[in-house]
Amino acid sequence: MTGWYILSTITFLPLVGALFILVIRGDDDVARRNMRATALSVTVITFVLSLLAWNGFDTSKPGFQLEDQVTWLGGLMTYHMGVDGISMPFVLLTTAMMPLCIIASWGVDKRVKEYMIAFLVLETLMIGVFCALDLVLFYLFFEAGLIPMFLIIGIWGGARRVYASFKFFLFTLLGSVLMLLAIMAMYSYTGTTDIAEILSNKSFPAEMQTWLWLAFFASFAVKIPMWPVHTWLPDAHVEAPTAGSVVLAAILLKMGGYGLLRFSLPMFPLASEMFAPMVFVLSVVAIVYTSLVALMQEDMKKLIAYSSVAHMGFVTMGIFSLNKQGIDGAIFQMISHGFISGALFLSVGVVYDRIHTREIAAYGGLVNRMPAYAAIFLLFTMANVGLPGTSGFVGEFLTLAGAFKANTWVAFFATTGVILSAGYALWLYRRVVFGVLQKDNLKAISDITPREALTLVPLVLATLYFGVYPAPILNAFSASVDNLIVGMQTALDAQTAVVKAAAVAIGN
Amino acid sequence: MGNILATADATAALPEIFLAVATMGLLMYGVFSKRNPTEFVNTCALIVLALTAALVVVMSDSGATHRAFLDSFVVDGFARFMKMLVLFGSAAAIIMSSSFMKTEKLDQFEYPVLIMLATIGMMMMISANDLIALYMGLELQSLSLYVVAAFNRDSARSSEAGLKYFVLGALSSGMLLYGASLIYGFSGSVQFSEIARAASGEGVGLGLLFGLVFLISGMAFKVSAVPFHMWTPDVYEGSPTPVTAFFASAPKVAAMAVFVRVMHDAFGGAVVQWQQVIVFISIASMILGAFAAIGQTNIKRLLAYSSIGHMGYALVGLASGTQAGVRGVVIYMAIYMIMTLGAFACVIHMRRRGTAVERISDLSGLARNDMVMALVFGMLMFSLAGIPPMAGFFGKYFVFLAAMDAKMYTLAVIGVLSSVVAAFYYLRVVKIMFFDEPADAFDKSPMEIRVIAIAAGVMAIGMVLVLKQLNIAANAAAASLFL
Repeated sequence: MTGWYILSTITFLPLVGALFILVIRGDDDVARRNMRATALSVTVITFVLSLLAWNGFDTSKPGFQLEDQVTWLGGLMTYHMGVDGISMPFVLLTTAMMPLCIIASWGVDKRVKEYMIAFLVLETLMIGVFCALDLVLFYLFFEAGLIPMFLIIGIWGGARRVYASFKFFLFTLLGSVLMLLAIMAMYSYTGTTDIAEILSNKSFPAEMQTWLWLAFFASFAVKIPMWPVHTWLPDAHVEAPTAGSVVLAAILLKMGGYGLLRFSLPMFPLASEMFAPMVFVLSVVAIVYTSLVALMQEDMKKLIAYSSVAHMGFVTMGIFSLNKQGIDGAIFQMISHGFISGALFLSVGVVYDRIHTREIAAYGGLVNRMPAYAAIFLLFTMANVGLPGTSGFVGEFLTLAGAFKANTWVAFFATTGVILSAGYALWLYRRVVFGVLQKDNLKAISDITPREALTLVPLVLATLYFGVYPAPILNAFSASVDNLIVGMQTALDAQTAVVKAAAVAIGN
Repeated sequence: MGNILATADATAALPEIFLAVATMGLLMYGVFSKRNPTEFVNTCALIVLALTAALVVVMSDSGATHRAFLDSFVVDGFARFMKMLVLFGSAAAIIMSSSFMKTEKLDQFEYPVLIMLATIGMMMMISANDLIALYMGLELQSLSLYVVAAFNRDSARSSEAGLKYFVLGALSSGMLLYGASLIYGFSGSVQFSEIARAASGEGVGLGLLFGLVFLISGMAFKVSAVPFHMWTPDVYEGSPTPVTAFFASAPKVAAMAVFVRVMHDAFGGAVVQWQQVIVFISIASMILGAFAAIGQTNIKRLLAYSSIGHMGYALVGLASGTQAGVRGVVIYMAIYMIMTLGAFACVIHMRRRGTAVERISDLSGLARNDMVMALVFGMLMFSLAGIPPMAGFFGKYFVFLAAMDAKMYTLAVIGVLSSVVAAFYYLRVVKIMFFDEPADAFDKSPMEIRVIAIAAGVMAIGMVLVLKQLNIAANAAAASLFL
């Protein structure tokens, strides 16, 4: 227990910032600048505070740290916040990406006030998801995030924004309500909603685990998203404003993977093992099928969205390989995908702000006018493919290694996805950046501005640094992942022992 | 006579007696007053309702149960909680109507008097402990409501609403009476405690069940649950908007309270028998409320179907047949009433160039013209849809928790899935307000309408902070039914 509630501070500081922006009056240039500046400073302070929290975080301990606990609602639920090695990197990812999103939205001049408020509220809710150690509290943050994202897509989105925002909201809600029922069932079975308490002291009978696993999976599969419930993602990505796409790809998608690691694996180990083959199949289909779909896209954002689905396929495959390499790789892949996909959407945003189209065919030969942009875009294209030396490689390699140990065929088919990803990513790059600069409206296009560089360069550095030296991230969650695997193994062994004992009893 | 007064502990009914006397006094004043007495009566009505509420609190006697009039009238924690809600809803209805009625040239003093009469009826219903008292309260409430539905007598729609409500309401009263007479015939008493004795254990006869089904039909009509919901959209649409706000709030709370009390106090021993009926009504209401609202273009009709759906959710708590279920119903009704009053305050706000507009498309781009009202209405919509952290989510949480505890998984799954369908039309209202291009701005609405709307919006988002207190109060209320 720390003396001051650092996690709660980090979580609710953006909300306080949103209230500040709410009281800024007027809609002239000065007021808008103040709103942007407030939003930026709040997100930066939040990031600094999260670094302080990271400083006070002991990576050698597997359990929850920096806990804040207040009883709430007379035992029906508790306000319990805390992080372990698995959630800490996601908190840092969130707080690190948000200032970049605010900077990337500097040019938004339609309803700036609401925009900044929506993003800050969203940040509070996203950090809350990763810090919540109570099932109901988790659900509150998890679901509430739909409201600001719905508004972000619907108000500042593109032509089909209404369709995309409704699809996003209703798909996610449909999955989540089943999880809510599962949470209630867990409460009425164990009498507590405290995650730490359930993880350490409670276990569920095998049949109940199956149902609970399915209910949680319904929610997380939509959020990740997994094939075949991924169809909301391309629409949402295409229509969302740049910063909205970045948040969606970099952070919101990670909630699903995080949920699998926080709930499905440790709480329902028997069901997880039972359903692992199903998840493998879905993951491999996601990797191969969406990669093929990505090849045929004519819209840059849609292509990257499909590539996100494919990359999240590696994540689910890694998680359900149920071994150290796989899970390590999955977490690393999620963090690294946060940088890379975020940066790719920012890169698309750069040219979209200039030409106002995402059609791949409208571009070509950008390297002639935008050399710096071409270099950065190349780096992220390569990182997306998983080139060694970038962080994309580490995650993909570890998940494939984990899958290879679990099932060779799964690894075999998933690896074809790596080849396909090289196909669509390089082809995209060739069509947009290389070739002759023929289009008239591209002739006067300018290279990236210092503001755009400010959003992209930190991600370049992160991608390269963690590509060469992934240890800081891997060490952060190593102890927690070990603990998770040991716990699962114990539960599985116990079950095997019960089955054996039963067999012996029948034999006698 | 003296004997009866001695045995009847009339002080238990002091709030009702005070309210009745004050109402008649105001009626007399209104009739004999020379000048237009409406404003004065309005103010007095609010004061009287506040004093009645104060009496309910003062006489709470730290939650003890009082019985009066030979056990036909009971005041327990449950009754007090529900009465407070009803008084609150009635007062809000009077506040919301004062300026509306003035602009529509409907400002007659009979309106607040009728609302107060209906309130007495509702309080009687809530405290009813035998079938006669139940029917008396129900009819006093219903007759007042029929009149206020047709209050705009020069409007064909309003008259139609009143007439439709009256004819169908009379039919449902008839069914209720028929059920009551069967129950009396087969149990030998109208007292809930006696009926409970006859309806427990193995000996629940077919005749008693038959009567119970008719009784349930009558009460389902009053809460407008499917399949007795047909009147709701027409009456909601036709009545003057503040009247609709009243219909959707206090009478629903009272009807739900009497529903819960009859099922648990009189038929608590036969839960297994009536459970399936309530489950059916609940599921049908949730599904119809979700799907039928999708096609609506009138905001009042939309809210009518929405209220049908919400009654379905509240009935999930009753269907679970446990104390946790009753707690869920109590919390659900409290939250539902606040959200509904707020939503109708927003509908009253919808006036353009002096006339009220009711199409959903009239809300286009409200966020640009009036950010505060759009934000409030938006939050209320998310709350009614049950999205956390809004208040509506917690209402759903408690009823579904009770259903899961009672192992009614099918009911819970159907319930949450229909809430996803319902989310669609709430989102549509949000979409029209926030995403669409702005239409002409609405007229400046009176202060009290804005205050009520904003207060409801604040409660929608702030409920998470006071939930603990609400939960404690609801727990106590529910516990008093299971003594």
